[in-house]
Amino acid sequence: MNIEMARELVTCLERGDRNGADEIISEISRIKNSELFQQIGKLTRDLHDVLKGFEIDSNRLSDIAVTGIPDAKERLNYVMKMTSDAATKTLESIEEAMPVCESNIADTKAMHDEWIRFVSREMTAAEFRTLSKKISAFLGSAKESNDKIKDKLNEILMAQGFQDLTGQILTRVIKLVQDVEDSLIKIIKISKSEELVPYAEKSAMELEGPQIAGKESASAVKSQDEVDDLLSSLGF
Amino acid sequence: MKILIVDDFSTMRRIIKNLLRDLGFNNTSEADDGNTALPMLKTGKFDFLITDWNMPGMQGIDLLRAVRADEELKTMPVLLVTAESKKEQIVAAAQAGVNGYIIKPFTAATLKEKIEKIFERIEASK
Repeated sequence: MNIEMARELVTCLERGDRNGADEIISEISRIKNSELFQQIGKLTRDLHDVLKGFEIDSNRLSDIAVTGIPDAKERLNYVMKMTSDAATKTLESIEEAMPVCESNIADTKAMHDEWIRFVSREMTAAEFRTLSKKISAFLGSAKESNDKIKDKLNEILMAQGFQDLTGQILTRVIKLVQDVEDSLIKIIKISKSEELVPYAEKSAMELEGPQIAGKESASAVKSQDEVDDLLSSLGF
Repeated sequence: MKILIVDDFSTMRRIIKNLLRDLGFNNTSEADDGNTALPMLKTGKFDFLITDWNMPGMQGIDLLRAVRADEELKTMPVLLVTAESKKEQIVAAAQAGVNGYIIKPFTAATLKEKIEKIFERIEASK
């Protein structure tokens, strides 16, 4: 309603124009009603948006629960399998290469000891002939044994590919966890106005597994040295 | 010297087994948690126990307590090799009578050092 309308209304009343005054009053109430309707309209839209958002979040959550989580479980099991396979493959290769290395080390040392005796002229001709045969045999087999070690080192190298593959899978699972977190926070915000607080304190004796960089528990030691210091302070 | 290695992850058992072999301990057996380890220990064939803490079934700390509570096994040296690294846990293990505590990831040198230290102590107390 503006001042013009008020003046017009007064003029109408002064000159006894009932119809004119009625018209102005209905015009004023029309304006007032349309503002009220706008307000109600806005509230309805907000409510609708919230409900729609809630629906989207709960749909997203049920989607996550029905397909996302089982899928993530499968993926994580697959990660476990891949890391386990890679570790097993690596250990197998090491276990196969190690005896070859050890035998090379032992043979080389034995021949070197004898070679020193030869260089110092402490060796008989017969002994030298034996040594010479040993060296021939060793050189003959050296390529084969080194090839075997190289093969095993290559297998160890290839087994590290798990890092890339598991990394990609874990990235997807982390994204899913992020989605769950976001949806849950929205739903909790709709139903509650209080601050979100963690539910319970952890017990000091609760097992935590490996500490994650940047997320270490306050009482976690940082190195084996700290473990040793703590134990020695207890009389160990 | 016969050593029992207890860990729920076979790769970790295998790593420890290889490290022990490198240190000259060839006689080792494996178990995947306390429940399978305890009957093996009770056969009396083992001289040394290396165990993880967090395992399904019976955990390492409970295995340690069971060993200390057993008349036949109570003097057996026990080395905990675990990712658990909170002070409360290390203190609890010490109170339960552990002989050594190594946090994962660890090095071959650490394992060697702790095992040697345990044997030195046993020799000294004889």
